[in-house]
Amino acid sequence: MSKSLNIALLGNPNTGKTSVFNRLTGLSQKVGNYPGITVEKKEGVCKLNRTTKAHIIDLPGTYSLNASSMDESVVIELLLNKNSKDFPDVAVVVTDVENLKRNLLLFTQVKDLGIPTLLVVNMADQMKRKGISIDIPLLEEKLNTKIALVSTRENKGLEVLRELLLNYRQLSTAPTIALESIDQDYFDNLKKAFPNQQLYKLWLVITQDVNFAKIDRNRVSDTTDFKTQSEPHLKRMQQKETVKRYQFINGILKETLVVDLDSATDLRSRLDRILIHKFWGYVIFFVILMTIFQSIFDWSSIPQDLIDSTFASLSEGVKSSLPEGVFTNLLAEGIIPGLGGIVIFIPQIAFLFLFISILEETGYMSRVVFLMDRGLRRFGLNGKSVIPLISGTACAIPAVMATRNIENWKERLITILVTPFTTCSARLPVYAILIALVIPQGSFIGLNYQGLMLMFLYLVGFGMALLSAWILSKTLKIQSKSYFVVEMPNYKLPLLKNVGITVWEKTRSFVTEAGKIILAISILLWVMASYGPGRDFEEAEQIVTTTYSELKGEALATKINAYRLEHSYIGILGKTLEPVITPLGYDWKIGIALISSFAAREVFVGTLATIYSVESDAEETIKNQMATEVRSDGTPLFNLASGISLMLFYAFAMQCMSTLAIVKKETNSWKWPMIQLFGMSILAYVIAFSTYQMLA
Amino acid sequence: MIPLDQLTKGARATIESIETNQLPLKLIEMGCLPGNEISLIQKAPFNDPLYLKIDESHLAIRKETAQHIFVRLIK
Repeated sequence: MSKSLNIALLGNPNTGKTSVFNRLTGLSQKVGNYPGITVEKKEGVCKLNRTTKAHIIDLPGTYSLNASSMDESVVIELLLNKNSKDFPDVAVVVTDVENLKRNLLLFTQVKDLGIPTLLVVNMADQMKRKGISIDIPLLEEKLNTKIALVSTRENKGLEVLRELLLNYRQLSTAPTIALESIDQDYFDNLKKAFPNQQLYKLWLVITQDVNFAKIDRNRVSDTTDFKTQSEPHLKRMQQKETVKRYQFINGILKETLVVDLDSATDLRSRLDRILIHKFWGYVIFFVILMTIFQSIFDWSSIPQDLIDSTFASLSEGVKSSLPEGVFTNLLAEGIIPGLGGIVIFIPQIAFLFLFISILEETGYMSRVVFLMDRGLRRFGLNGKSVIPLISGTACAIPAVMATRNIENWKERLITILVTPFTTCSARLPVYAILIALVIPQGSFIGLNYQGLMLMFLYLVGFGMALLSAWILSKTLKIQSKSYFVVEMPNYKLPLLKNVGITVWEKTRSFVTEAGKIILAISILLWVMASYGPGRDFEEAEQIVTTTYSELKGEALATKINAYRLEHSYIGILGKTLEPVITPLGYDWKIGIALISSFAAREVFVGTLATIYSVESDAEETIKNQMATEVRSDGTPLFNLASGISLMLFYAFAMQCMSTLAIVKKETNSWKWPMIQLFGMSILAYVIAFSTYQMLA
Repeated sequence: MIPLDQLTKGARATIESIETNQLPLKLIEMGCLPGNEISLIQKAPFNDPLYLKIDESHLAIRKETAQHIFVRLIK
């Protein structure tokens, strides 16, 4: 008969806990969110032997059981909730050889909860180089547990770990320290009041600011008496507890751990000397960024073009092979392009996370946070906001996903809200065609006007991101006290398996989560463009054929399409919108393009192409067509005033449903994406309005 | 005895006292406790944040936090 047991993996961040998890479970893992919050929940299955399966949870990295972030409170909630289906039969604390002391703090806490706990000492391959030797049998005896010495890099020691897990029942559950020694009276009273409860568990419930919604609330609700102790007093007791634990640990390590500092080669200080240098540190970071974004643009463009043409020919194929009808059209013009609009982002997301996870795995990311924190803090951001802000120049979607490592919720939220201001690659086609159209050739001290305009738009995007971050930091009333304590881990070579799994998971979650919403809106846009009320829409063919009797073949067909679009729901919407956008210098056709480019900004060009009945969508032809468009008074529609107004509108408006979808996913509510949508659109409108009025 | 943020780069010191209520418990758990050794590895531009080695941990904290930790230089 097959048995199954629950295992929880715990450990400090950067200890290789996730590497252990990946080694045990391989690709049979599942990443989701804990209900109601955006903390990642990683689970996997591992076969321990022929009859026993283990269900493993890789808990978020934590330094102790005293939570200071949402990630950490997830760990405590699970360990305190015996009724949870995930409650561990055995806990595994993973430590690396170098930070044994600090990880043992967590180990003693978990063990004191009465959960069978074993220790994994990872990165055993580093011991010799670092001059570390550990007396494992003695350490096992002193800690009253079992220890597996593991090297995930060399795939060693995992057999021992599996064996130990199978025999978890033999592990002792005796506490490591006596809490009573912190404050005899207090804990005696506590024991008297709750004779059936585990003492450390009670203490944790009293001291945590965690939301213990479902956990044993009834049974320990009377602990309020014990909270009457003033908060500073409780904190002093927590500190005393920490000191006690360290005394216990130091005593043990004195006998079991030898560190020979002379044999340690100091890669850290040598690399740090350059990488966080006051001047060269920034230069190196800048060069790394340039390289990353160049490669994101260059490398992604090939698969993206391929995806684009594949989906186009797929649509074409569906249209020609299936019988004509609503279903075929929905498939060919709604669903397939909609899917294409999701898949097209995959190369950029995958490449960005490839680089980000390499930077994280090597330990370099913490150095960037260290370098950038001061500058960004002025704007209510965090050193960790730097990656999202800069990735935003490729695409806001992976950028928003990259905010996850900002622990402070307020700073993370602000980062999410302002990231879409940075100039993403989808704005480029729009800028390119408008600049070519309205900005004159010529140069100013050797810099050509058109290039300057493009640079100006990028700068304006960054500037607005910082400015609005500053405003949000002053206005948002969110209590989220968290301190800036960033660990500076050792430099190490990235594990390919970890990098691969990160890239796979980020991409998968984008496709499944945000993808659903993008697809739905694409279909909606298709419906609005394919249907219209009244005979103008239904009898478009007849009307056009009789009005423009001189037209034939292709020219006639495109004219019919244009006429139909004008009288479709989306066309009517464009017309309705016209009075609102006339003060910005736009007409109803641009209005339609504004609406449809909500699917993706670059759709702007394509929509205008359709509306202007251009046969080929080569930019030159659209450009010429756009250049000949005139207003009712005979002046060109696209002049300097309306062109710049339109570019600034695109710079600031939240013209991207995919970003809204990902913000909804990351903030877990529609509130923030809606604030973003309306806030940014109103801002864009006001700026475009004043620009046009000033220039016209 | 001086506040930690006045330590110069490369200096080593012993933690004398900490203002518990101003510090995150996390910092204390990472070894920021009286008696432990602390050294300043690097200051970011504008002297903030500070890159420290506390006991066995390498970490960066902001100046505002460092002001609540008092240390004595090791000669």
